[in-house]
Amino acid sequence: MHRGKGMKFVGDSRVTAEKKANLPKDYSEYPGRTEAFWPNFLLKEWLVGSVFLIGFLILTAAHPSPLEQQADPTNAGYIPLPDWYFLFLYQFLKYQYAGGEFIVLGAIVMPGLAFGALLLAPFLDRGPERRPTKRPIAVGLMLLGVFATFWLTYESVQHADYAHRAEKYGVNVEAVESEIDKSGPGWEVYEANCMSCHGEALQGQGNYPSLMDTEKSADEIKDIAQNGIGQMPAGIFNGSDEELQQLADFIKNAGSGGGGEGGSSEGESSEEGSSEDGESASGH
Amino acid sequence: MLQKLYDWVDERVDITPLWRDIADHEVPEHVNPAHHFSAFVYCFGGLTFFVTVIQILSGMFLTMYYVPDIENAWKSVYYLQREVAYGQIVRGMHHWGASLVIVMLFLHTLRVFFQGAYKKPRELNWVIGVLLFFVMLGLGFTGYLLPWDNKAYFATQVGLEIAAATPVIGDGIRTLLAGDPSIVGAQTLTRFFAIHVFFLPAALFGLMAFHFILIRKQGISGPL
Ligand code: HEM
Repeated sequence: MHRGKGMKFVGDSRVTAEKKANLPKDYSEYPGRTEAFWPNFLLKEWLVGSVFLIGFLILTAAHPSPLEQQADPTNAGYIPLPDWYFLFLYQFLKYQYAGGEFIVLGAIVMPGLAFGALLLAPFLDRGPERRPTKRPIAVGLMLLGVFATFWLTYESVQHADYAHRAEKYGVNVEAVESEIDKSGPGWEVYEANCMSCHGEALQGQGNYPSLMDTEKSADEIKDIAQNGIGQMPAGIFNGSDEELQQLADFIKNAGSGGGGEGGSSEGESSEEGSSEDGESASGH
Repeated sequence: MLQKLYDWVDERVDITPLWRDIADHEVPEHVNPAHHFSAFVYCFGGLTFFVTVIQILSGMFLTMYYVPDIENAWKSVYYLQREVAYGQIVRGMHHWGASLVIVMLFLHTLRVFFQGAYKKPRELNWVIGVLLFFVMLGLGFTGYLLPWDNKAYFATQVGLEIAAATPVIGDGIRTLLAGDPSIVGAQTLTRFFAIHVFFLPAALFGLMAFHFILIRKQGISGPL
């Protein structure tokens, strides 16, 4: 640093006019095999970063992020589930002395103590020793906390049936995107006879299978409409033979419009589709 | 050419000391996985930062399509995922990144803890770290609501009930977050959006800056 008189500045600024060489520090006298961060180490970090990024992109490409049906505040039967990293707390509150009337204890006092201790760890564990074996209390408590968190998460996941949830709560892509021809006569017949069970978009619901992309022939459809199949009773259709033909044609052709590519890219909905196929097959 | 540009800026702004502060520091042997493979545990902090950068970038792209109102939020996410080129990937990166950042934070915290790296003189940086962890959890909680599907809605309802269980200020917290003492609705979504996109990232950037300045000032902790 320049001291005393004789300093020169760039213009009227406070930037010194003296040129300083932009030289890296010399690490040769540091102990051990020290390396310069720039550019040597950074290049290696870049490599690790690239591998990490590739793995991450494979994960995102292989598992589309889930989206359930649009929020419906009136849906009384929905079982809430937080993201996995909150499950430990969620599970904890289910225990008798942590939830219900003890909620203050379970939701505020105990997590507060645990996370408070974490926050203040350097002031609680004050000895000069760094090795884990030399500070058994701190390390023991931490292990206990980590173990409890894993255990609670595991318990919670045990009770949550993710496959079932995906099937029940997932978006039915066919229903959302189908472009059913509602102008023809077949739609009216469908609406009058079948829609109450098989849904507004032929998507099915619960035990009622989807009728989109059915593999049955028009004649088979006619037969089912009149005589039932599996749990579907006979005699549901009532109308003329002409209407029956219109209905069969309508259902036969319904899937060939917009919903065709439906389940291809969304994990959840394709699961849903296949399980429904399973159910309709078992109806024979 | 580049050198000339650098000199031009340097003459006016004197960036060389700044550049040396940022880029020129040592990487000691004991943290370098090239010398000791077990030193990979020192990568977790950097990987946390890397995923955070992914979150910021993918999040910026998400806001190009996302609409924070209860009529359109779900539809905009659905549209992004089904119709927009690479929308699936952008949302996927943000979705999986949110989980990964928690995993990396957890590993980083354990590394620092079990090495006793929070001891004098690094106490403050540990406290800043734990605050960073809380901010990340807050980002996870507020982000979960934004797609406005059933799991988002009902999980948020439960979360807000838990927050409301706090003695004395509980109801106040709930009203502040949700915009209403009892309803989870339009107000809640816009508030969570603002918190997720402006308030918490601001806190995150500030804390991260502090975290890194302290690391540079103090240097990494020595070998055990
Ligand atoms: C956004 C979150 C975070 C980022 C990006 C981050 C990043 C980093 C980085 C890059 C380092 C250098 C050493 C290493 O990579 O291991 C570091 C060191 C450190 N971090 Fe973090 N960190 C974060 C959160 C945390 C948390 C949650 C804690 C503790 C609860 C923490 C405590 C520390 C401490 C005490 C050091 C100094 C360790 C030493 O000198 O050995 N950080 N952090």
